[in-house]
Formats: sequence, structure tokens, C-alpha cells
Amino acid sequence: MAESVLDVRHLTVSFSTYAGRVQAVRDISFSLGRGETLALVGESGCGKSVTCRSIMGLLAKNAQVEGGEILFEGKNLLHLSNRAMREIRGGKIAMIFQDPMTSLDPTMKIGRQIAEAVRLHRPVTRAAAKLRAVELLEMVGIEEPEKRYHQYPHAFSGGQRQRIVIAIALAADPRVLIADEPTTALDVTMQAQILDLIKDIQKRTDTSVIFITHDLGVVANVADRVAVMYAGRIIEVGLSDEVFYDPRHPYTWGLLASMPTLAAKDETLYAIPGTPPTLIDPAPGDAFAPRNPWALEADRLAEPPLFPVSETHAAATWLLDARAPHVEPPENIALRAQAFRKKLSERSAAL
Amino acid sequence: MKRWSLYIGRRLLHMVLTIGIIASVTFFLMNALPGTPYNNQDRLTAAQLDMLNRKYGFDQPLLQRYVSYLKNILHGDFGISLQFSDQPVSMLLSQRIGPSMQLGLQAVVFGTAMGVLLGVLAAMHQNRFLDVFCSLFAITGRSVPNFVVAVLLQYIFAVALNWLPIGLWNDGFRSTVLPTLALSISPMAESCRFIRTEMVEVLSSDYIELARAKGMSEIRIAFSHGLRNALIPLITVLGPMTVSLMTGSLVVENIFAIPGIGEQFTKSILSNDYYTIMAVTILFSALLVTVIFLTDILYQIIDPRIRAEGAK
Repeated sequence: MAESVLDVRHLTVSFSTYAGRVQAVRDISFSLGRGETLALVGESGCGKSVTCRSIMGLLAKNAQVEGGEILFEGKNLLHLSNRAMREIRGGKIAMIFQDPMTSLDPTMKIGRQIAEAVRLHRPVTRAAAKLRAVELLEMVGIEEPEKRYHQYPHAFSGGQRQRIVIAIALAADPRVLIADEPTTALDVTMQAQILDLIKDIQKRTDTSVIFITHDLGVVANVADRVAVMYAGRIIEVGLSDEVFYDPRHPYTWGLLASMPTLAAKDETLYAIPGTPPTLIDPAPGDAFAPRNPWALEADRLAEPPLFPVSETHAAATWLLDARAPHVEPPENIALRAQAFRKKLSERSAAL
Repeated sequence: MKRWSLYIGRRLLHMVLTIGIIASVTFFLMNALPGTPYNNQDRLTAAQLDMLNRKYGFDQPLLQRYVSYLKNILHGDFGISLQFSDQPVSMLLSQRIGPSMQLGLQAVVFGTAMGVLLGVLAAMHQNRFLDVFCSLFAITGRSVPNFVVAVLLQYIFAVALNWLPIGLWNDGFRSTVLPTLALSISPMAESCRFIRTEMVEVLSSDYIELARAKGMSEIRIAFSHGLRNALIPLITVLGPMTVSLMTGSLVVENIFAIPGIGEQFTKSILSNDYYTIMAVTILFSALLVTVIFLTDILYQIIDPRIRAEGAK
């Protein structure tokens, strides 16, 4: 892997609520390489957004970071002052939000919203910021950027607005781009265009991207590496191919099985039984155990550590422990794995 | 541009029509009231009454009086006051509207500016000391009548500290300070409450989150992105509030002995001073429709989405 740009180590975040302390993120570690796209995947409430908000320093007021560190350019972001954090935010680490229809200020010209982001991080004149904003608009594929600079958000479609949000994120040439479900609110054709745009920009600027999504189809399209999250923990992490074709955690099996495929005929789509646990006083053991048809006795007693599968691939399930019984993954997953091995051998044969 | 002039032309026409309707309705309602403008009617003989009625034209049929009144208005003649020894109404009003409008405008500008500032600060410190303080202030300001505030201000600043005149209208700007303060409590409290509620909502919206993600400081976010969006609903209440303040407050004008229009309007109603009532009504409604018109223009300046609607 290339040099790492961002290192998250043992991050633990909780929220105080009336019901109690919610342990939203529990001891998460990952690193992000230069120019790499890492996808954080998981269902709603698994902690993927909280992780990213911790990186941005944009956690809600009732959130506490209980431990861990977020290392960026040799500094622990969790210890930076507000002022220093403001320079990082939008400058070195930028974020794209989920709903483009509501993420732009309806009362300000879109051009000014971009120029504002430029001027926050660069000592340039108004005129220069405007030029840069027009340039950015062109870069994200808005036609007639000079004319559209002066228009308000309501004059743009959802897809165009997301392009503008991306332009704002790119204003200061960030080293890390966090995309929080940037395509969820868009229709399918728009999704593809926005994904292409993000990929294209990443290639051109060598930015690292953290891509949050619950849509595995999107992941396959963009990510170099995938981290699957469940109940505030990373339960499987690996290169895209490894997680897609050779998944080891039963939760990943379930996720992949519940994805519609082109090959499938009129079958009922698989759904993982049950619901995610509440993260107030989680029970001991693996949080996924109650929903896991392959759960072992050990899963109910102790939380499994991440077992390495390969140099780049690890999964947190006791099934990978040497003492565990051998469990065959479900048929469709096994087929994936076969196809994957075939692909690998073809690739090595070609080399 | 053409669209705009068309829009404004249409609006002006509507305004004139509205004022005409208000004037007509008031004219007939007022004449349906019992009593006459003569305050010593009991001692007048039938012949004297007859003479007076003829002098003022009250012997003519109502419809005819209505038509000639409208005609006169169009020529700028608002008639004469029946209670102040036949002085022209327009002269009476022009002497008195000045102080009322000045006080009202000062109170609205100062009150809303302070109220908005407090409201923004309260919203930024939601549920903390400053917020609680502002809420308390807003509730107090809304519930304590302005004459109590007026008397308190007089006691503190005129009697105890002797910084400012206690009343009258003869010391230039210094005379206006205390009555302006007394009048500004209510718009201040109102706009503080309004802005606080709106700002709390706006500050939790996605575009504010995006502004934070840009690396903007909270105070800049509040004023450059938050306030503009939070102002929109305030404008709605601001218009009528301005008018009601500009048209004078009987109580405050009385306490500070200010020759304003509030007192005169009340007196004219009590004594059936027909032409003064009419003139004041027309003046007030003209002010109100103008302010509503300006409010609509202001809306469009602040909110581009409304601009787009209006242009269609």
C-alpha cells in the first residue's frame, strides 16, 4: 500500500442521550493511502457517518470521543484547537454531503458559495476567488460556468447541485475527500455520473477518498478497499476484490447475498434476519451473533478480534480462529469465491 | 426589467384601490355612528343645529356627501377639523405625524436590530446562559406594558441620573431617546423570540453543516448564512409592527408629553370629528399598504426563490 495520509487508531465515540450512553463507534482503526478510495459500508446506524464526522471535527454536541487518535500530517486531529481544525476542515479534508437539495444555501448565489470556500483557505482577492470558482464549476461539468455562477441553487437540478457541492469540496485542493453517501439522494443515471466525476477528479488530483455508503453496487464501482462496519466496529476489511469475492464474515455474506444480481431470476431477495442491536449497553460477545446463523458459542462470550486472512484482508469472526469448526459459506458466496480464484489464476497466468 | 415595472405598476394600482375601499367603508360606517360632532348639542336649538348642518354640508344626502368628499380628496383637500376651530385637517396632521413617525421608525430600527442580535446570540448558545437570559428578556418585554417601561426609564434616566429630559419635544434628538427606548421594547422582544426560533432551525440545516465543513467560523456562519435565511419570517411581522409603531402610541405619547398623532386620533373618534377620522384612517391605511408593498419587495431581495415565483 502507498504511504498513508490519514490514520484512524482505536477511535471510540459515544453519545449521551436520555436513554443512556450510545456507543456509536467502538475501537475503530483504519488507514487511508494516498490516492486511495476506501469505502465504509454498513447499514444505517453502524457508525460510518460518526466516524467521518469525528475526522471532520463535526460531531454533535452530545458526542464524546472517548479514546483513540486520528493522525493526519503527523498531528492528532482530536487534539487540535478549533482554529487549527477550521483550517483543516474544507482545506485539507473536505466533505460531500448526502442530500444536494438541502446542502446549498438557498439565499446565496452558487458562485459565491464556492468562492467563499476558496477564500477561506487561500489568501486571494475576490476577483481571483471568482475565477477559481468558475474554473471549479467547469471542472465538475457545469456548462456555461460564468453565467451559472450568478444563479441560485433553485435553478439547478439535484445532480447539478451535487456537482456544485463537489466543487465546493474541491475549492482548496483537499488531500482527503469524505463522501457521505453522495449518490443516495440521486436517481440512478445521476448516481453513475457523480461516481464517474468523483473517480475522475480523484485520478487527476491524487486525492484520497473515504466513501461512505450502504450500497454495495456503488462500492464495487469506486473502492480500492472496503471496510464493512457493524454496530460501531469494523468487522471486515480488505481490498475490494477480497471483500467482494472472498468474504469471510457472516455479516458480509449476508450483505452480499441481499444484493440483487443480474443472473437472479424471480427469486425473493435475501434479507438478513433481525435488526441491528441498540448500542446502549451492548451485550458481551459479537454484536452480530443474535442474527448470525453461523454463530458459535464463543461469539456470545467474547468479541472476536480481527483475524488476518491475507496481508490486506482481515475479518472479525471466531470462525477464523484455529479452534473453530470449518464452516462452508453459503452457496452463492462460494461461487463468488471460485470465480475470484479463477480470475486470480488467470491474472497470474497472464503475468 | 419590463417584468419588474409591470409588477410594480400592478401593485401600485392595487394599493390605490385598497385605500379607496378602506376610505369608502370607513366613511359609511362612521356616518352610521350615533351622535354628531357638536359637543354642546343639548343646548343648541333646532334652528342653530340646522344652520350648523348646512354650514358643514351635513344636510345633504349621504351619497352626495360621499361623492364630493372623494372629489375633494383627489384635489388634496381633506376637509376641516370640526374639533379644532375649523383648521384644515391636513395641516393638523402634518404637524403631528412627524414626531410619531420619527419615534416609531427609531423604535423599529433600534428594536429589531437589537432583537435580531440577541436572537442570533441566543440561538448560537442554545440552552446555555445567554439563551436563557434572552428568553427571559423576550418574555418580560412581551408581557410588561410599555407605559411601565416608560415610567421606569423616566425615573432612572431623567429623575435619578438626570441624563435626559423627562418629556416634551423640545430638545432635539435627546427628547426622542427615552420614548424610543420605551417603544422599542416590544419589537425587540418580538424579533428576538422570532429570530431565535428560526435560527435554531436554520443552524441545524444541511447548508449550515456544509458551511462548517468549509471551515467557516460559527459567528461567520450565523451572520452570512444563518441570518439571511432566518430573517424571512421576521419580515412578515415586521411590516405591521412598523406601521403600528409609526402611527403613534397614545400611552407613550401621553407619558412623555409628545405632540403625536396617537392622541389626536383618539380624540377625533370620541368627538365624531368626521374629517379627522377619515384623514387619519386614510393615512394609516396608506402607510400599511406601502409597508406591505415594501415587505414584498424585501422578501424578493432576500429570498431568490420568491423572486423567481414573482417573475413568472
